[in-house]
Amino acid sequence: MKSKSSLRLAAFFSATLSCLSVHAAVIPEGVTLSPVQDIVRNGGQEPTSIDPQLIQEDAGWIRAFDLFEGLYSQDSEGNLEPGVASSYAVNEDNTVYTFNLRKDAKWSNGDSVTAHDFVYGFQRAVAPKTASPYAWYMQIPSIVNADHIINGDIEPSELGVKALDDYTFQVTLERPVPYFMKMITYPTMFPAPKKAIEKWGASWTKPEHIVSNGAYTLKTWNVNEKMELVRNPQYWNNAETVINKVTYLPITDGSAQFKRYQAGDLDVSGFPLSHFKKIKKDLPNDVRIDPMLGIYYYIFNTNVAPFNDIRVRKALSYSIDREMITKYVLGTGQLPAYGFAPEAVAGYTPPKLDYSTWTQKERDNKAMALLKDAGYSKSNPLSFTLLYNTNEFHKKLAIAIAAMWKKTLGVKVTLENQEWKTALSTMSAGNFQVGRYAWISDYNEASSTLDVLTSEHGNNYGHYQRQAYDNLMNQSRTMKDPSKQYQAAEKIAIEEDMAVAPIYQYTSVKVVKPYVGGYNPNPQAVVYTRNLYIKSH
Amino acid sequence: MLSLILKRILEAIPTLLVLITVSFFLMHFAPGSPLTSERGLPPEIMANIAAKYHLDEPVTSQYLRYLWNILQGDLGASFVHKDFTINDLVAQSFPVSAEIGVWSFIVAVVIGVGCGIFAALRQNSWIDYSVMAFANLGIVLPNFVLAPLCILFFSIYLQWLPSGGWNDGAWPYLVMPVIAMSTSYIAQIARITRGSMIETMHSNFIRTARAKGLPGYKIVLQHALRPAIVPVLSYLGPAFVGIITGSVIVDVYFSTGGIGQHFVNGAINRDYPMVMAVTILIGSLTILFNAIVDILYALIDPKIRY
Repeated sequence: MKSKSSLRLAAFFSATLSCLSVHAAVIPEGVTLSPVQDIVRNGGQEPTSIDPQLIQEDAGWIRAFDLFEGLYSQDSEGNLEPGVASSYAVNEDNTVYTFNLRKDAKWSNGDSVTAHDFVYGFQRAVAPKTASPYAWYMQIPSIVNADHIINGDIEPSELGVKALDDYTFQVTLERPVPYFMKMITYPTMFPAPKKAIEKWGASWTKPEHIVSNGAYTLKTWNVNEKMELVRNPQYWNNAETVINKVTYLPITDGSAQFKRYQAGDLDVSGFPLSHFKKIKKDLPNDVRIDPMLGIYYYIFNTNVAPFNDIRVRKALSYSIDREMITKYVLGTGQLPAYGFAPEAVAGYTPPKLDYSTWTQKERDNKAMALLKDAGYSKSNPLSFTLLYNTNEFHKKLAIAIAAMWKKTLGVKVTLENQEWKTALSTMSAGNFQVGRYAWISDYNEASSTLDVLTSEHGNNYGHYQRQAYDNLMNQSRTMKDPSKQYQAAEKIAIEEDMAVAPIYQYTSVKVVKPYVGGYNPNPQAVVYTRNLYIKSH
Repeated sequence: MLSLILKRILEAIPTLLVLITVSFFLMHFAPGSPLTSERGLPPEIMANIAAKYHLDEPVTSQYLRYLWNILQGDLGASFVHKDFTINDLVAQSFPVSAEIGVWSFIVAVVIGVGCGIFAALRQNSWIDYSVMAFANLGIVLPNFVLAPLCILFFSIYLQWLPSGGWNDGAWPYLVMPVIAMSTSYIAQIARITRGSMIETMHSNFIRTARAKGLPGYKIVLQHALRPAIVPVLSYLGPAFVGIITGSVIVDVYFSTGGIGQHFVNGAINRDYPMVMAVTILIGSLTILFNAIVDILYALIDPKIRY
């Protein structure tokens, strides 16, 4: 293990990096603010937790981004902006990251946010006792000993993190991971208030117990009704924050959300996508379409015939008219997906896959030839079951795609829907032929999606295995710019093997009242309330 | 009467035990698991989560542990709402559903019984047909249609009422949930009351009362209503339990935070302790209110003896 001074020396030789991005609401000249700076946002589902180390879904994240703050945040372009850390340094081999923390960062109880709080938060994320469903998030960047701690072999105190002093936090990785800095913007790597957690246990996040270090603190949490957050006067940038109170309503039904938006009870909301055209026409200034790092796809179970035959997989994928789906079936700004990693990933240019350059007619012709080659014809048609989780939207898409397959290839598709958890169990057990799935990136990096197709990944339900693909993804983890590895990997998994049939890339579609200013989601569809303001209306 | 109450309490214990046992094992045998998530977790992380919730133990051990815990009033930790215990969640959500339920019940009984009597006394008149048409409409109009219609009308067009939320049960937040919740009950109660009232009004003792020249209102209120209400009462017991344990539609559309949504989401997410808690709650209330109805029978109808 390196000594404290040698690590400092390494940091000295490395570039000291800091960001100068804006970190507060920016109010353009001439805009008059409303005297009431309260906002009501639809928060999606009820979060399973707001404990940063236990959060496992976006509903928890979006609330946690208001309540807590990590070392860095992500701006609307996906770039880093300083949070509790004001700058950082990295050693020559990119394995030791040293963060300088601002001295004015405080918890809501007035205590300073120190490097020890980050050490505790990181250790907590991997401790078996915490049983965090996101413990894997600490394994991905290979933080020293994360694997052994999760396995229960050694104590969490052995994790490769330390407080060099109260305001200097250091993370050591087993190997250089180029996207580590992109990962630290997520709540799993946020600090944790040790005293409150040890005093209150699992209930430390209740309004009467919580201690938070974000721009807001929790005032009310009525499960399935609302969560109210009010300004945290201890927040280091409180002076530049404008919104005084943010209320999150946990409404998942698009129609219920939109009715409440129309009634004036919500300022930011989703809506039923089936009514997109009408809503866009009626409320042109309210509808917001922003890119999002997500991909919708069909998984082929490569373990079972005939989906172990590349020709069959390619034929089915080629004959999906993605332009028609995005334009007419969806029609809310989604992009067709030919590759696997979303195009909106910052700093990554996806490869131009051959079949994406063909016309649909060419793809259809190729599909017919491939299926014929594989031994299927009108007298011996391919027939299989397409599994999707029970939902009107997935059904609509499945019907459209099954119709395309039937028309072009004469394929007979039986549609089967199962309730979500049952469908996950079915796919996990490998008892399916073709199944619907989607992947929303956990961090703004291509590997967050591409890793899903590696042999050992828990969501590789189709059991796709290709050594070359795994090798490329493994190589990419230690490279400064792994773009070439990612591009080559996509070519293997999609262009050569068609492990899955990518269908479309997600967009974040919302209605936002025109008087809400500063609403600029980052590529992960996150909008920090501290960047918003209400215009006079 | 005391022996009836004692008997009911003694009967309730094995009934609840059977209910708990059957529900517990049925749930564990259902496909899917609380550990199933969108992200396929590595086995070591799954093992840590399973150990935290004792899901790595044999089902019989989990069952015995559960029984021991509920005997001590501990309904367990939610697998879904990780920052809350089930006791917290029930304590937060049941009073909301109960308040909506009690008001809906009062509205349903007053309007339902009133309409039923009115229709029965004007049998086959336009009033009867109108009341029964309304009753049928109430039955066929599901609350997932009624709830958004209420929001559209009262919140968006008229802007009289907030479109959702609970706000500690302030009355503007109560109105629409009560309308959505009570309509189908009003309809059912009106139909049962009407049928029963018509039958009673054709009884010999009513004919005798009429022959003696008693005024109409006395015949209805003093003689006909008591026997006519008995079939309504047998409906009201289970209906009351249904109405105070909430509705997922009302909870979802009006974001009330009631317990109905917990039950459905608990089942979908395999939140075993939550589903068990709501099952036990509904089971206990059903037993309790059936017993109350039996006691009320004895008080109302002198022919009934236990």
